[in-house]
Amino acid sequence: MSRRAYTGLAVAAEVAVPIAILAAWQLWTVQADNQHFPRLSTILAEFQDLWLFAQFREHVVPSLLRIGAGFGIAVLAGVALGVPLGLSRRARALAMPHIEYWRAMPPPALLPISIVLLHDIGDRQKIAFIAFFCLFPVLLNTIDGVRAIDPTLIDTARSYDIPRHERIRRLVLPAALPQIVAGMRTSLSLAVIMMVLAEYFSSTSGVGYVLLISKNTFEMGPMWAAILLIGLLGYGLNLLFLLFERRVLAWHRGWRAATPQ
Amino acid sequence: MLEINHLSKTYGTGAMATEAIRDVSFALGDKEFVCVVGPSGCGKTTLLKCVAGLLRPSGGEVLLRGRSVTSPPPELALVFQEYSRSLMPWTSVRNNVLLPLRHKKLSRRDRRALVEEAIGAVGLDRFIDHYPWQLSGGMQQRVAIARALAYQPSILLMDEPFASVDAQTRGDLEDLVLQVRDDFGITILFVTHDIDESVYLSDRIIVLTHAPTEVKAILPVGLPRPRDQIETKELPEFSHLRAHVYRLIKREQEPEAAVEAPRPAAAKA
Repeated sequence: MSRRAYTGLAVAAEVAVPIAILAAWQLWTVQADNQHFPRLSTILAEFQDLWLFAQFREHVVPSLLRIGAGFGIAVLAGVALGVPLGLSRRARALAMPHIEYWRAMPPPALLPISIVLLHDIGDRQKIAFIAFFCLFPVLLNTIDGVRAIDPTLIDTARSYDIPRHERIRRLVLPAALPQIVAGMRTSLSLAVIMMVLAEYFSSTSGVGYVLLISKNTFEMGPMWAAILLIGLLGYGLNLLFLLFERRVLAWHRGWRAATPQ
Repeated sequence: MLEINHLSKTYGTGAMATEAIRDVSFALGDKEFVCVVGPSGCGKTTLLKCVAGLLRPSGGEVLLRGRSVTSPPPELALVFQEYSRSLMPWTSVRNNVLLPLRHKKLSRRDRRALVEEAIGAVGLDRFIDHYPWQLSGGMQQRVAIARALAYQPSILLMDEPFASVDAQTRGDLEDLVLQVRDDFGITILFVTHDIDESVYLSDRIIVLTHAPTEVKAILPVGLPRPRDQIETKELPEFSHLRAHVYRLIKREQEPEAAVEAPRPAAAKA
């Protein structure tokens, strides 16, 4: 198959499959007439009423801000901790058991304690919760990326007597960037999950809160509209991230294509 | 200007110890071009790393203008064999050459001038804004040489720099290094396993034994300069010297081959 035909098919599949699912949903729900599974037309009407844009400021914006802040903190902290841990075997030996312990913790187990510790069910607690669990993919990928740096490059830096901060900025971070970005992408999808989870557990605003309230009040239309929105949110964020990745890792694709690995 | 006195290097300790270099001494004069050749696996790279201050010798010392080398000295630059691994793939040729200058106390203009002069000296002006991986292997090694030149070393150490480029490119790069030596007035210590290359390039050849390494012979090269890929290599002295070095190294390799042969059998048992 030609490259162009393949690309065409891939795009068609990306668009056609969701449309087919939605069409099937509509056909099935019209026929089934079950109140738990409202028709697609009802869900879309609710979606428009709720999210375009009556409740957007009140519930979508807070959720997005929490994801943004939690994810941002996780990336900064993950890189800031990952670089020294990647560089020092001794530091790694000390830190890894603790990292492995907290990483294995199921997030819902920490929800109650996050509220108790922070005396808060608002933004502060949500952001801290999201940041904590988004930290690990970035942290572990940064450590691996830093460890994998080519020893020839390190010898080069040493022979030119490049000072430590320059070495980290000019060699270590760029060399680890492909791995760091891979970790960030995992963290971003995790951030959406953590946002919904935290808001669903206890909140006064946000998409997860709307989901909870509509479920509790048996309003199935808004509930499905919230589910649809959460899906689109995750998908859209990932798409934005791919654009970012394409930009910052342009060299990496060229290099990999040019160098037999 | 560079003196290596009874240098030795042993990796590991106790039963695991491997003696790589037993006793190596030689000296380099100012602006001299010296090639180090030896049988493969004879610790040439280890020797160069000790000279560069990247490895601490187990015994003996390296003196640069009378001062002992314990860490990489600022007047010394090193070019590695693996150009694709010593260059940074994420940034341009210009930034690769600029790397060792960033922390030097220089004005922005001086820095730029040094970078452009070095890139000009290796003939890559047109490729200054390319990524290294967009260039051929020979051109990438030129970038590595330009980076070393921009650092303004008085000694250039080269570790089998042309081992992974094709023969024609290798000839061009050899001539480039000779040109650069004259233009920049630097001393060059050049490690190679290619005997023709060592005869063609150097003022003196240092022949090493197999590991644990000692100096087998130090041979002056009386070939006239400037050297020429065709004319120099046609000279009878070139052939004589080449044959002489070959014999020295061949005699080294034979006992080594005898020692290495039983190894797989021993591993099976």
